[in-house]
Amino acid sequence: MWPAIYIMWLRQMKRFSRSRARMVASVAQPLLFLVTFGFGFSAIFRQAGAGNYIDYLAPGIVAMAIVFSSVFSGIEVMWDRQFGFLKETLVAPVSRAALMLGRTLGGATVAMIQGVLVLVVTLIVGFRPASWLAIVPTLLVMTLISVIFTAFGTAMGARLRDMQGFQLIMNFIIMPVFFLSGALFPLQGLPTAMYLIVRIDPLSYGVDALRALLINGGHFGLGIDLAVLVAVAAALLWLGARLFRTIEV
Amino acid sequence: MNAIEVSHLTRAFGDMKAVDDISFTVGEGEIFAFLGPNGAGKSTTIKMLTTLLQPTSGTIRVAGHDPVTDPNSVRRSFGIVFQDPAVDDELTAWENMEFHGVLYGVPKAERRQRIDALLTFVELYDRRDSQVKEFSGGMRRRLEIARGLLHTPKVIFLDEPTLGLDPQTRIHMWSYLQELNRSDRTTVFFSTHYMEEAERVAQRIAIIDHGKIVAMGTVAELRAQTSTDTLEGAFLSLTGGTIREEEGSSTDRMRSMMRARRGR
Repeated sequence: MWPAIYIMWLRQMKRFSRSRARMVASVAQPLLFLVTFGFGFSAIFRQAGAGNYIDYLAPGIVAMAIVFSSVFSGIEVMWDRQFGFLKETLVAPVSRAALMLGRTLGGATVAMIQGVLVLVVTLIVGFRPASWLAIVPTLLVMTLISVIFTAFGTAMGARLRDMQGFQLIMNFIIMPVFFLSGALFPLQGLPTAMYLIVRIDPLSYGVDALRALLINGGHFGLGIDLAVLVAVAAALLWLGARLFRTIEV
Repeated sequence: MNAIEVSHLTRAFGDMKAVDDISFTVGEGEIFAFLGPNGAGKSTTIKMLTTLLQPTSGTIRVAGHDPVTDPNSVRRSFGIVFQDPAVDDELTAWENMEFHGVLYGVPKAERRQRIDALLTFVELYDRRDSQVKEFSGGMRRRLEIARGLLHTPKVIFLDEPTLGLDPQTRIHMWSYLQELNRSDRTTVFFSTHYMEEAERVAQRIAIIDHGKIVAMGTVAELRAQTSTDTLEGAFLSLTGGTIREEEGSSTDRMRSMMRARRGR
């Protein structure tokens, strides 16, 4: 079990370390959001008496980097299916749950690395956390977000057959999950319908936990955030392992 | 004990029976060829034998184990070379081997020694640290063959293993497999479209068409049964001369798309 998890993890690490393009792309898009939204709305945000928008936005951008990287890593299962490698792992005498777990941990580690890179970039752009000590629990929350979305991507990848399916997932699940998470805007005073959607979006709790830790600006409360994140991570890992067990090629 | 025992095996996709009530056995240490036109049910059968697909009905034993109830024992007992490439392009040849050895629980010292020996055998030792994406089709195939043998399987499945290989590599590959078959009594189960290949190496042959086994026996028996003087003649007489249509899978479409993009 453990060697299988380890080697699946190691494979993701090697693939990532060999793809410079992926590393650059993963930082470029969040940086674009940070700079355009951050500086674009900063004056109006301040006028509304809501403080420094860059500080408000930075945790959301870190979450964004993690979500997109995680889903891409998870969805790689689909590429493995297309290019045949999936079969090699499926005929190996190891449990499918171990395959899924190793793969998810690998993807989550990649997402963490990219999240940390983006966090560093936000510091360069001018973001300052309320306390430097908060970085340690922040890394924990980032790990949880990584695991959730890699597990989600892996579960979807186990069922998807082609690129069209991937586009559907990105446009109809991941984009709404990101935009409706409060990563870009405060949750106070939202229309009720939208607020309800925000409340069922798991990423909202991830972004909220990051804000609670980094800028003392939580909305739901850190305890609730962590409880939701852990529960969703566990549920998605369970679902992914289940879908992997019945995968057929 | 028989290496493979299949009895009344059926697999349906919707209304279509890809494999329809087939039964056969392959003895331990036998080289067995599984022939048939495109879409006859060869790959579906191999997928069921190798735990990748659940049978609709019927029973299977591979090295004495049931792929449905005890897949991991079956998985430990066989090696496979798939019809489509199944190596990781981003990893090196050595890393692909190492990955396989770890997944199959081959102890480290033995693993390292066998990886070196097998890579030397398929003449990829000098390229062991190159990423597989730099390899030609024949080199990938050779790597897959080496990988399939790494965990010393009792049975090796080869699904059209020599497709796209030059005669030198093909002869080299078979001489090694035949040697392994003699020395370790490794059972070889393979499918191919090259009749002269089956004629040369197979001790027994089954011909499948429209999901059913239409004939089984040695080359001599098949020729006698159809009053023809080559295996190809026997094959055509049993399966007819019409060309079969096989639907392209999403994988095929994706592959040709990628190939077009890369410009080859």
